[in-house]
Amino acid sequence: MSLLPWTIFVSLAGALLAWAAGRRSARAARWTALVVTAGAWALTLLAATRFVPGPRLQTLVDLPWIPAMGIRCHLAVDGISLTLLVLTGLAATAAVLFSWNIRERAGEFFALLLTLVAGVYGVFLSADALLFFVFYEIAIVPKYFLIATWGSTNREYGAMKLALYSFAGSAMVLAGLLWVYAGGDGHGFGFAELAQTAAGLPRHQQIFVFALVFFGFATLAGIFPLHTWAPTGHVAAPTGASMLLAGVVMKLGAYGCLRVALPLSAVGFAFWQPTIAWLAVIGIVYAGLVALMQDDLKFVIGYSSVSHMGFVLLGLAAANAQGFSGAVLQMFSHGVIAGLLFAVVGRMIYDRTHTRRLSDLRALPLRRLLPFAAAVFVIAGIASMGLPGFSGFPAELTILIGAWKAAPVWAAIAALGVLVAAAFTLRAIQLAFFGSAPAPAGGTGAGAPAIHLEPITLAEKAGALLLIGATVLIGLKPDLLLDWINPALQSPLLQSVMKGGRP
Amino acid sequence: MTPDYAGLFFALRPESLLVLGALAALGLDLSVLRGRAAGQRLGCALAIGSLAVLLAGLLTWTGPRGPVFGGVLVLDTLALGTRLGVLGLTLLTLGIARGGKVPSQPAEYVAMMLFAAVGLLLMAAVQQLLLGFLALELASLSLYVLAGFDRTRPEAAEAALKYFLFGTMAAAFLLFGFSLVYGLTGSIELPQIAARLSGPVPSPMLLVAIAMILVAFGFKSAAAPFHLWAPDVYQGAPAPSAALIASASKLAGFALFSRLLWPGFGAAAGQARSFAGGPGWLPAVAAVAAASLLLGNLAALAQSNLRRLLAYSAIAHAGALLLGVMAAGQAGFAPLFYYAATYGLATVGAFGVIAALEREGRCEDIADLAGLHRRSPLLAGCLGVFILSLAGIPPLAGFFGKLAVFAAAFRMGGPAAWLAVLAIALSAVALYYYLIVLKEAWVAAPTAGARPVAVSRVTAFTLVVAAGLIVGFGLEPALLLGRF
Repeated sequence: MSLLPWTIFVSLAGALLAWAAGRRSARAARWTALVVTAGAWALTLLAATRFVPGPRLQTLVDLPWIPAMGIRCHLAVDGISLTLLVLTGLAATAAVLFSWNIRERAGEFFALLLTLVAGVYGVFLSADALLFFVFYEIAIVPKYFLIATWGSTNREYGAMKLALYSFAGSAMVLAGLLWVYAGGDGHGFGFAELAQTAAGLPRHQQIFVFALVFFGFATLAGIFPLHTWAPTGHVAAPTGASMLLAGVVMKLGAYGCLRVALPLSAVGFAFWQPTIAWLAVIGIVYAGLVALMQDDLKFVIGYSSVSHMGFVLLGLAAANAQGFSGAVLQMFSHGVIAGLLFAVVGRMIYDRTHTRRLSDLRALPLRRLLPFAAAVFVIAGIASMGLPGFSGFPAELTILIGAWKAAPVWAAIAALGVLVAAAFTLRAIQLAFFGSAPAPAGGTGAGAPAIHLEPITLAEKAGALLLIGATVLIGLKPDLLLDWINPALQSPLLQSVMKGGRP
Repeated sequence: MTPDYAGLFFALRPESLLVLGALAALGLDLSVLRGRAAGQRLGCALAIGSLAVLLAGLLTWTGPRGPVFGGVLVLDTLALGTRLGVLGLTLLTLGIARGGKVPSQPAEYVAMMLFAAVGLLLMAAVQQLLLGFLALELASLSLYVLAGFDRTRPEAAEAALKYFLFGTMAAAFLLFGFSLVYGLTGSIELPQIAARLSGPVPSPMLLVAIAMILVAFGFKSAAAPFHLWAPDVYQGAPAPSAALIASASKLAGFALFSRLLWPGFGAAAGQARSFAGGPGWLPAVAAVAAASLLLGNLAALAQSNLRRLLAYSAIAHAGALLLGVMAAGQAGFAPLFYYAATYGLATVGAFGVIAALEREGRCEDIADLAGLHRRSPLLAGCLGVFILSLAGIPPLAGFFGKLAVFAAAFRMGGPAAWLAVLAIALSAVALYYYLIVLKEAWVAAPTAGARPVAVSRVTAFTLVVAAGLIVGFGLEPALLLGRF
């Protein structure tokens, strides 16, 4: 048996352990969580070194689970899922490092966090649509409690909105999957099986079912106009949870679109392709413009997440090799960069200054008070803008090329989105760190109180360096991931999507 | 036919044992335990009752299979599963009764529960209209008494009276329906009725008869528009009584009526796929299911009382269960049974938590759960499992019940599939009110002066077992689904 399924079990067992450790002390709980997440990440990396890229899903476990309904416990991996598994390990480890200051009910916090991570690992490993769905829901529920209990600003509203949107999306997915399963007299929930069954349905049903499944998943990926849960949820969430939310949970939606929805029905995709692409393009520009207007720094990042996820959806809608590989690369890249941005805003700034309002922050000499935070935020901002040398560049460029091949107008408008992204990122950097702070020795008449902020801790530095390292590494050498991703695009299911249903 | 009394006695040993257990509990309470503290008397009666239920379960498991007494009863898979389910749920109910408020007459309370269980056991296996009616009435009369057992609370009296009035009305309809069926087919045996009905299209009077039977079914399953008793009973009855009414009684009711409808009146079902063609009872059940799903889920949103919320959620679940009844003709009883049994587990558990909290203080409004995670992590954890299972979150059993029922409904196609779509859409609505409950229990801080809750060991064990079963049946649904 391969190493990868252990990531699920280790995380689940770790959740129990962290809960038990939390009854002793918060310190024990956080160390347990760190060891578990780092251990699971090490497992993914170890498995990655032994991974041989290939076009097919490589089965790890395949056991009958509910024989009466043909549901199998089928775990498998290919280059796409491996990329996201590594991302999950990285994001989870960083999230724990940035949750180091959780003291209240720490055991429960880390237990929920690890349950969420276990669900995410499970989704990326599932090769049976129903098992996929089960893990998907396991990842949704802890988010509510993480946000409602440990969150800030309007947390109960944000948590409930997020939970209901996610659950409504997953209800659509379930309805669609069951429709295909039963309508075509299907015998199981394997991806290829479902696609085969769906092809037997009448055209209008295929279109309807595709819409249910795709938009159900896309809700979690933040597709316009179903994205409104994302900014409120991200803002309300505690730092570690918003890192995971933006970092990996939104990817669950995009991954579901790629793995389950797109191959489901070529007819349905052909019908919806322009709609999806336009919604993605609108999302990129609209969310970017909204981010430009925000006064709450975390809302800026929240909307920027929606904007960047729009690129992923655009890549999927382009449905060609560049589009898909760019989309997967962007999932990884955004997972790292968004995590970094949320870490700076939520942990480094908000936990110290207790404000996120740009109008307040610009009055603080943050650049001098927290030079490390400033440096990290600038780096993350540059990466987020998609400058060369960081992972966002190859990802967004590949997507734009893919979109151009599909329809130049999509690429043109999305490129406009890149400009908007540069604008809101620079604005945020400028206002938050390089605002009109009084000069240090100036002694302005206002008598600015001597502000003392607790220094950046070692855990934060370690987490930030991990994430920066990852984005720079992939920025300089995107082939590391592309060598895994591209062979996986040769799989029969994805090839049939790219060729419009022709095998 | 020569009556085989020995066979009948042999097959009905579980029932006899329960009656004996009830009598023993009553006798002991009257003689040896006279004048002792109520708590002690309750413990003793519960111990005897639990022992009787356990033995009855063992005898059911090892007992005979197949038709009994010339086919008046049949012990097939559905009957056996339901009987074991009823016994298991009764046992859990007895377990949570230990940690609840002590009733003024403990032995009578336990005895009534056992009598109710006897009725429910018979309902699970009956194949003849007359005995079916008697079994239903035995169970119902015991449950009326149980609903109003707490004479110190006026709500309990209201609950019992309402339950009784609605129940007798439903029973009258049922009896009328049965007599019409007898008049039309000349038989009260289900197999013979089915044989008569399979011939030429029967008279429209049959549909009137079935409609009357459906009224009684709607009452028993708390389906809209026959649900009006449910919120008041759930609110007013002692928590263990409400648990029994909501779980075991429901499971047996669904077994009885789906046996009546499919093996009995299956020929008069009407067209499953389009509802076109000859008239039948499927459209009526579909309408009741749709009404229950909508009313239950939407009305639950407005509740602030925890028990009333559970009642409306029960109405919503009745809608989904009726969907399972509709699909049972094609998919068999497995999805329906799995759903009803695991729903019963979650409901008993939720009422068990309420019972344990009531002993310490009040547990009326959802807000009374505030800070439960501090006051009793065990209760909070178990409540989480029960509520999330009711909400249909995997990997808990509630999800797989829904999955199996909805998949069967989709297989049926036509209006049943659309009902399943409606039910899935409403499950997103349902998540809201379930999360509100869990928010109080898990997120909210305890109110000032709230003390830790001491849970009796028996109740704690019962709740952990119920939660464990929900997780277990969720991780391995084939344990139940694969048996049919």
